[in-house]
Amino acid sequence: MAPVEGSEGKRQATLLFALLLAPALLWLLLLIVLPHVELAILSLRVRTGPGEYAPSLAQYGTFIEEPLYWHTFVRTAAMSLLSTALTLLIAFPIAWTIAKIARGRTQSMLFVLCLIPFWVSETVRALGWMILLRESGVLPGLLVKLGITPAPVEMLYNDATILIGLVYTSMLFMVVPLVSALESLDDSLVEAAYDLGGNGFSILRQIVIPHAAPGIVAGCIVVFMLTLGNYLTPTLLGGKSSQWFTEQIYTQFITRFNWEQGAAFGFLLLLLSTAIVWLGLKLSGQRFGDVMQRT
Amino acid sequence: MQGVPPNRRPVNMVFQHLALFPMMSVGENVGYGLARRGVARAEITRRVGDMLERVSLPGAQHKRIDQLSGGQKQRIAIARSLVLEPTLLLLDEPLGALDLKLREHMKIELKQLQAAFGTTFVYITHDQSEALVMSDHVAVMQHGRFEQVGTPQELYYAPQTPFVAGFVGANNRVTGRADSVLGHLVSLTGPGGLQVQARAMGAVRAGDAVEAFVRPEVVTLARDPAALVGPARYRASVESLLFDGANSAVLLREQASRTEFRVALPQTGQFADLTVGETVHFCFDPERAVCFAVAAATAG
Repeated sequence: MAPVEGSEGKRQATLLFALLLAPALLWLLLLIVLPHVELAILSLRVRTGPGEYAPSLAQYGTFIEEPLYWHTFVRTAAMSLLSTALTLLIAFPIAWTIAKIARGRTQSMLFVLCLIPFWVSETVRALGWMILLRESGVLPGLLVKLGITPAPVEMLYNDATILIGLVYTSMLFMVVPLVSALESLDDSLVEAAYDLGGNGFSILRQIVIPHAAPGIVAGCIVVFMLTLGNYLTPTLLGGKSSQWFTEQIYTQFITRFNWEQGAAFGFLLLLLSTAIVWLGLKLSGQRFGDVMQRT
Repeated sequence: MQGVPPNRRPVNMVFQHLALFPMMSVGENVGYGLARRGVARAEITRRVGDMLERVSLPGAQHKRIDQLSGGQKQRIAIARSLVLEPTLLLLDEPLGALDLKLREHMKIELKQLQAAFGTTFVYITHDQSEALVMSDHVAVMQHGRFEQVGTPQELYYAPQTPFVAGFVGANNRVTGRADSVLGHLVSLTGPGGLQVQARAMGAVRAGDAVEAFVRPEVVTLARDPAALVGPARYRASVESLLFDGANSAVLLREQASRTEFRVALPQTGQFADLTVGETVHFCFDPERAVCFAVAAATAG
């Protein structure tokens, strides 16, 4: 094809760009923006009679008045933060090993090992944990055999189990941005720091973490959002006591058929995640654009 | 120092790509080592300020690393190491990544910095001109062993091994067999019956397989053979002209033996009109050419 000259070429390039962007924009508009507009309208009205509605803030009022709702809300946020922090703590040494210590085959092997759990669905993974941890399961049975506990202990349906499940589910999403952030760290910086008298901890604090900060924040944002919006793992591993906010939304929409209340809860969750991500970016001094390039 | 880990010895290193910490300011970079030694904050500020003045970057404490030019970065890298007052500073090809013009400039700047600080610099380089220009002593290494240690002049004029003779500076190499040894002068016959005389380095006996080296600038060129004085005169044709300003040279092919010689052109402009294919004559002073016995070279 002959090269297109001047403004004609520029116009074609713009058209091509618009066409390439169109599916993404359509997807964003149809599946994200439109439903949210609908949800916003739903959440701001109250049913006054059969088929009759009036604008109202009653749904948000219920949330504040009913302790169960906002307790669940706060608990979900706190547990998600804790789970994100735990994921970071566990993923960092793994990412360091993959990025800096392992070479060649070992490196790709370790990556595959992180990926393999994602070949089965989240449901199956959660059921796997249930088989291991339930009262008649593998681990309690083992503890009895070893004489550590006299009778099988129920290990499901508590906060620790929920956290284990959540960390396990989100590990890969933390490891990947961390590996890419750590791989770009020039080894000679670490060597230079040792040469100038640095020790492991000070190098981690002053050189490795500042360098990897965008990757760390990116991983934390992704993991936090996934955890906050997770439904399956808390429900299966936490049972009735899990009190996860997505369950409340599910209940309102499906069980109670109270779409107005569910929509209001959905909006509150969106606000919560936005606020916490914004706060996290502010505290770590990172810019959203830089961070998102790392994911 | 044996048994002391490298990072605990009073030696600091300037890395190939300098390895300045981009997440820290210039002042924090220079003060990093002091802070790690637990020096008080005020003392660090004072010593960092002093050091930046000594590398002619006063007041640069709060600049970011990416605001510095290549030369400034190098000075900061050196300042970061020297502020710890090491007994020895190791430099691992710090100019390797720079372009030629900047490298020439940094070479001189580094030499001046070294003279100003008086700290011993151990400078590792593949660039011969860097080694010769900057050093008081040069060690030539091959396969992890020292070939020769000496001043740049010693390495250039009195190489102790064939490797050094061939490696340092340009040289014409003639292999052959020694016909006779007269005092310290060896007469050898090279490929195609080329007769060469050179000064023996180390023990050379008649009949030994030898290598002789003749520097391009040692050879005298003339269009008229009568203008040449020397024991051996050669006829050669010009094969190609290698014009490079002051470093211009010409590739000659000796007509009898078909041996190639690289000869530096004199600065007088006398041969500025030399053309390819022209016949010229040349000779050289045997005292300024060196000859090694090959057996000794392989054993060494």
